[in-house]
Amino acid sequence: MNYIDLHAHMISRTTDDYHRMALTGCVAVTEPAFWSGRDRLGPLAFADYFDHLTTFEPARARQYGVAHYTWLCLNPKEGEDRELARQVLALIPEFLDRPTVLGIGEIGLNRVTRNEMATFLDHVELALEHHQLIHIHTPHLEDKYKGTKVIVEALARDPRIDPARVMVDHAEEHTAPMILEHGFWTGFTLYPRTKASPARALDMIEMYGPERLCVASACDWGESDPVAIPEFILQARRRGHGDLLIEQMVYGNPARFLSQSPKFKLPRPGVAVSTD
Amino acid sequence: MDDYSNTCPLSQKQLLDDYFMDHRAQLLALAAFLDRFERSNLRNAETDFRIEAFKEALHLLVGPGPERARRVQLVMSDQNLDLLDVRDSQSAYGAPVHPAPAHPHDEQEGAQ
Repeated sequence: MNYIDLHAHMISRTTDDYHRMALTGCVAVTEPAFWSGRDRLGPLAFADYFDHLTTFEPARARQYGVAHYTWLCLNPKEGEDRELARQVLALIPEFLDRPTVLGIGEIGLNRVTRNEMATFLDHVELALEHHQLIHIHTPHLEDKYKGTKVIVEALARDPRIDPARVMVDHAEEHTAPMILEHGFWTGFTLYPRTKASPARALDMIEMYGPERLCVASACDWGESDPVAIPEFILQARRRGHGDLLIEQMVYGNPARFLSQSPKFKLPRPGVAVSTD
Repeated sequence: MDDYSNTCPLSQKQLLDDYFMDHRAQLLALAAFLDRFERSNLRNAETDFRIEAFKEALHLLVGPGPERARRVQLVMSDQNLDLLDVRDSQSAYGAPVHPAPAHPHDEQEGAQ
């Protein structure tokens, strides 16, 4: 079955992973900007990163018939540094016109501090100013509930925000309902230890219904699985779900959300997509 | 609370036939971890916030009522919605604690 991995940090993965993803039906990935595992030394490191995401990765993916798109931001883990945030936010507009940039992300909160919140809201302003889609990271573990609630309520108070243009990712059992109730798109990321397993993602789809829900691998430099979506497909079939529902989750829904950007070209089965 | 009855497409018998062994293994892993914790040669974390949250969550598993996963998540969550004045650590701990101690894995984990 063809699928779109809406959240994959391919800069952290080898070319072998693109190969495996292509073999298992991946036709497109979108790569949010994220934390490299250490705080970067300054704004020029981000300029280099954004250039990499918009040149090298699309070319590497194209060799396997996988379309590669990206999202740009200063990630939440570095959002505490307000001066760095100001410098990086000033850099982003010059990259927004590149053909594979879909929006601003993954922005959000990490430990849910005042500075992180200010940096998050600055990114939202940038997205609104440039009419960009928004991809949101919700915090880890014990911080997820409060961080998600703070984010969702802040966005819901802003009449300029169209919830249909916002993906709130890394949802779990205690946060998905509040995200969906406010009309946002909701993402389940399939991680081996934290976030949602394929089985738990399926539970939530069964309970909340398939509308505005997507699944993704969120594969990165940590313990993660670039072919988590095929694993999800297998488990959904074992659970007795038909291909219509499964395809909606792994292809139809992400395509619907991403197609709100005029740059996103819908991959058709068996056809390699050029994002040039 | 929403009613999610009848939303799983498999029968209880099918669930047991297909998934009992997986979850039996997970149950034993959990039991062995708690045994290991008690056998530790240095009992220096008897009331650690993580083990306290763990025990509270275990009660939910054997109690009545739906949405155990959501309720366990809430036990493991910080429900104080106040923003922190400054970042106390880069990584989360898995269970709520205030004030937070230095995180043992700050240099090793935290991918998004």
